[in-house]
Amino acid sequence: MVEQASKVRHDFLRHDMNFPHVWCPGCGLGIVLGSLIRATASLNIPQDELVLASGIGCTGRMPAYVDFNTLHTTHGRALTFSTGIKLANPSLTVMTVMGDGDATAIGGNHFIHAARRNLNITAIIVNNMIYGMTGGQYSPTTPYGAKASTAQYGHIEHSFSIAELAITAGASYVARGTVHHVPQLDALIKGGIQKRGFAVIEIMSNCHTYYGRQNGLGDPVAYQKHFKDHAVTVNKAEKMSPEEMDGKFSIGVLADIDKPAYVDEYQHIRDMACKKTTEQGETKGGECAKERLDEM
Amino acid sequence: MTKPVTDTEQKYLLQGNEAIVEGALAAGCRFYAGYPITPSSEIAELMSVKLPTVGGTFIQMEDEIASMGAIVGASLAGVKSLTATSGPGFSLMQENLGYASMTEVPIVVVNVMRGGPSTGLPTSPAQADVMQARWGTHGDHAIIVLAVSSVADSYEITIQAFNLAEKYRTPVILLSDEIVGHTREAITLPPNKDIPIFNRIKPSVPPEWYLPYEDNSRGVPPMADIGSGYRHHVTGLMHDAKGFPNFSPEVAGGFLKRQYRKLANGADEIQMTKQFMMDDAEIAIITYGAVSRSAIRAVRMAREQGIKAGFLQLVTLWPFPKKAVDAVCRKCRAVLVPEMNMGQMVREVRAVNQTATLKQLNRFDGKFITPQILFRKLMSL
Repeated sequence: MVEQASKVRHDFLRHDMNFPHVWCPGCGLGIVLGSLIRATASLNIPQDELVLASGIGCTGRMPAYVDFNTLHTTHGRALTFSTGIKLANPSLTVMTVMGDGDATAIGGNHFIHAARRNLNITAIIVNNMIYGMTGGQYSPTTPYGAKASTAQYGHIEHSFSIAELAITAGASYVARGTVHHVPQLDALIKGGIQKRGFAVIEIMSNCHTYYGRQNGLGDPVAYQKHFKDHAVTVNKAEKMSPEEMDGKFSIGVLADIDKPAYVDEYQHIRDMACKKTTEQGETKGGECAKERLDEM
Repeated sequence: MTKPVTDTEQKYLLQGNEAIVEGALAAGCRFYAGYPITPSSEIAELMSVKLPTVGGTFIQMEDEIASMGAIVGASLAGVKSLTATSGPGFSLMQENLGYASMTEVPIVVVNVMRGGPSTGLPTSPAQADVMQARWGTHGDHAIIVLAVSSVADSYEITIQAFNLAEKYRTPVILLSDEIVGHTREAITLPPNKDIPIFNRIKPSVPPEWYLPYEDNSRGVPPMADIGSGYRHHVTGLMHDAKGFPNFSPEVAGGFLKRQYRKLANGADEIQMTKQFMMDDAEIAIITYGAVSRSAIRAVRMAREQGIKAGFLQLVTLWPFPKKAVDAVCRKCRAVLVPEMNMGQMVREVRAVNQTATLKQLNRFDGKFITPQILFRKLMSL
């Protein structure tokens, strides 16, 4: 078991370069990266066909460490680059990893439209409720009343739920996990990659350095306990009253629906367009199909 | 609706925006991402109809920021990509244009210029984005900017734009304007076989030897498609030859120097100009874009009056074609630089040759600089 885990790490990490990593000791991002590696390894997809794109922030640094095709793009825009890559080569497995600020503040527009479009992309959003890299400023998921470097008198804005936003925007698969419930997290990420459509996995993670310190949540171990005590499985949460759920959050698969994936729909467009132009005599018979084959 | 260009010469009546689409497709463009904006929307509309018939992909994104992200992504995956916009959208594109520059991704960005600033004059022509095209994104960077003056230009220069983007691994900005974009003219499209196409150079070494940003004699590293087995890292951070973040002075300085050097190496082919009646000219007009049309007419009118006038059209605005401009400045007793802005490229002309008698003529009220206006100015030189 240990040997196997070590082999996966050897294969999937750029272990001979880029280390030590930039994250604080005890950061949840290392656990997320482990989960991501185990989930992708279990699917036996060749590394040449795996793409991991990110935006800016602590989470944005993740792609540099894995031996896939990797991109570290601009703040909030990772999904737009992923969209281009997926459309240019639909055979690739495209994953995008973002933080809460990256995905839902500066990248909020791209996020909801990617969900609506239903491209076959897996979006992994690490939610630590704070901007870590820039020093602990409040993000769209910082709770009301919490402290942050830019909310030292207490936060007066209300946070939104990333998972609920994703469901409303039309994502095919939406799940929430934590860095404490790791075997479940592996399964949730795996489920997202396997889904033919836009998949969102929100991961509750710790930034003890900024959020934890400013809000008395303690060290990484105390944070782990916090997630253990406040996470409720989806099945249990359904049976609980809003009062009972106060301060808690559900984990598991929150939405899993089937609707046509964008790349499949677009192939229909190509077929229709080709048929129409061939009928009108604008292209010689078979030219459309031939060119498509050449491209492939 | 036009027919796809095939193995014979074909004659059409096209508007500038449509000719850009024909040029892009002929150059091998198979991906378009964009956001609707006047006066460039015809490019998106026609692309949405044509791309699926040639196995390509069109997508309308949520904004111009996303459009740029998508075309950079598609190009990284090996597909020649285009977006088109106008001033307000071009402003939004600057962020990811910088990313394309930093990561040396070949893309073509069309800006059909309209009056500004802000929402400005959406349906009126202007040439006021020429400095933004050069310096719009933050930080030092190398970039190629071309300007079209007619429907024929719109076709030919679009092909050139793709070829230069591929050859030098760089974003190329193609500046059109509301007049060129919406003017309909007859155009003869050459047979496919006569169109020179340049595709990016791919690595010839095995994947484990591949260095995506390694310097060479041209300063242009070979480029591997994502998914082709050459796994590598692409980042907007300053990076070393392997593509990984590296902030050492040697790496940072060397990277920027190479960016400038690779375009300087190709100056002869990149810095394109066209001349009209320049052989014996004593006074000259230097301009670009739609104003070129008035310049040709004004030169003819001056010649009819016995004035030896000539015209230099700047096809490439950046890197600025210093040699050609300097030659005209040295040769002529006076040079006129008309622009539909408050005087932008004239600064570059002045920087190239400080001794020439230089006159500028600027119109920035959303109206065209007509041949008559130019002719009158020529006669006063």
